[in-house]
Amino acid sequence: MKPMNIAEKILARASGRSYVEPGEIVDAVVDRVMFHDLTGPMTLKVFEEMGGGLVWDPDRVVVVFDHIVPACSITAAENHVKLRRFVENQGIKHFYDVGRGGICHQVMVEKGHVLPGELVIGADSHTCMYGALGAFATGVGATDMAATLLTGRIWLRVPETIIVKYTGRMPEYLSGKDLILYTISVIGADGANYKAVVYSGDVVSHLSMDDRLTMSNMAVEMGAKTGIFEPDDVTLTYLKGRASSGFALMRSDEGASYSEEYEFDVSGMEPQVACPYRVDNVKPVSEVEGIHVDQAFIGSCTNGRLSDLRIAARILKGRRVDKGTRLIVIPASQDVYREALREGLIDVLLEAGAMICNPTCGPCIGVHLGVLAPGEVCIASINRNFIGRMGSRESKVYLASPATVAASSIEGKITDPRRYLGGAV
Amino acid sequence: MIIDGVVVKVGDHIDTDVIIPGRYLGITDPVELSKHVLEGLDPNFPTRLKPGVILVAGRNFGCGSSREEAPVALKAAGVRCIVAESFARIFYRNAINIGLPIVECTGIQSYVKDGDRITVDLSSGIIEASGYIFRFKPLPGFILEILRDGGLTNHIRKLRGLTV
Ligand code: SF4
Repeated sequence: MKPMNIAEKILARASGRSYVEPGEIVDAVVDRVMFHDLTGPMTLKVFEEMGGGLVWDPDRVVVVFDHIVPACSITAAENHVKLRRFVENQGIKHFYDVGRGGICHQVMVEKGHVLPGELVIGADSHTCMYGALGAFATGVGATDMAATLLTGRIWLRVPETIIVKYTGRMPEYLSGKDLILYTISVIGADGANYKAVVYSGDVVSHLSMDDRLTMSNMAVEMGAKTGIFEPDDVTLTYLKGRASSGFALMRSDEGASYSEEYEFDVSGMEPQVACPYRVDNVKPVSEVEGIHVDQAFIGSCTNGRLSDLRIAARILKGRRVDKGTRLIVIPASQDVYREALREGLIDVLLEAGAMICNPTCGPCIGVHLGVLAPGEVCIASINRNFIGRMGSRESKVYLASPATVAASSIEGKITDPRRYLGGAV
Repeated sequence: MIIDGVVVKVGDHIDTDVIIPGRYLGITDPVELSKHVLEGLDPNFPTRLKPGVILVAGRNFGCGSSREEAPVALKAAGVRCIVAESFARIFYRNAINIGLPIVECTGIQSYVKDGDRITVDLSSGIIEASGYIFRFKPLPGFILEILRDGGLTNHIRKLRGLTV
């Protein structure tokens, strides 16, 4: 049998085939689906238009309220009511209402709803984040989601696969966010369109699950269908106590082929910043240092995890957010929030003058909890800096790691985090 | 399937936040959504779209979020078909699923201008524009069938034996 890479192997298994190759269209059985309070209402509308009825398997459906929680408008509240009714009528048990879960993608991995080797479909573009656990996960729109809810199946084109190898010595101040921003700058915002990305190389085995999640999360920012880390000890440790069933550890075959190969030496790499209004408009922090920021935001499915709050707290301990700048911090989930409280991180951040909001997408979607006015500039640990992403179309968003965001909040301008973490500046 | 219409051009990397900003996502009425379409590019953009428009775009059209409101708003604004150098994958699926024909055609951007009349033949993979002929890879049969049924919703109704 010809060798396959991990993406191909998962799609072959899901479509009951022994072998698949790029370009083929397969009819695949999905292991899990997820939708949230923003894509849910349209999904349900289409589900009814398709003739409605029962979902194919309520135990494989996860529903999370995260984008607009708690409701900030009557429309949002009405949408929540509609979705709660659906969850109830369909007997969906994996439901995370306001105050029960957090940001959908974080909840999916944290609560063990994703296992290595699985095919997961979510009505959200950052579903690709679950690739960090060795799953094939990808985002779809409402109509695809409605059809998958009815049938438990989806057609997918088997993607070509790009392999990205990280080599060298990873500096202590660098994070997964810097690696992925750099990667996107080289591959480009559409460089991986329709393709899968596999993250590989010596550096990868030392990356924490939090770093991997950040990198898989942003695979879609290169147009990729999914971004996968092959499961290893870090994966198994993460899944301990989370996985509710057994799973097969699927890895790429020896000699598997890839459409493109990149190799990046991370030794001495500078912290990276993506400038408006393109995610691939990335510069080393030294080139953008000094730009004034009105708002700094640490949170989102990209970088709202415990290690993100830890590094922010480490930088902000005993310091103050600049008076011309506001810092908003949003833990990605209730669990992250509680753990951060227990570790005293929240207290450190409050002491520094940060505003802590409840787990939610918040300003990342430009609807509530930190919307930008015309002319305002924000540095954020999120994944997109498109025109109007966080509010006014005349505002600007710079993307960076939580360390860079925290350092910038202290100085009120974009700042190299090495000034606070050590490392050559 | 043959579609003809009048060209409105947009550039590269038009993302879904620009097509329909997050703050309008609570709206489910397509006509309401269409009043804000491409507002991110130019607040007056909605007035430029009339029934019978063929949108001609550059690279990576529809990149960003999975919001289906993006193709829905374009279709409700009168866009009959989108021709682009390339599309982001989720947008591509969403457009087909809501019955909005969409084709990838390299090189066309520099040959057409706003207001040109063009004809797109989906089954044979030919576009006629200002005296030129462009070829694109025709859509696979099952995608054409979804489009013929007016989108995945009707297609599934048909498969389930329901009236369309
Ligand atoms: S945090 Fe931002 S990117 Fe992540 S799911 Fe929410 S809105 Fe999307």
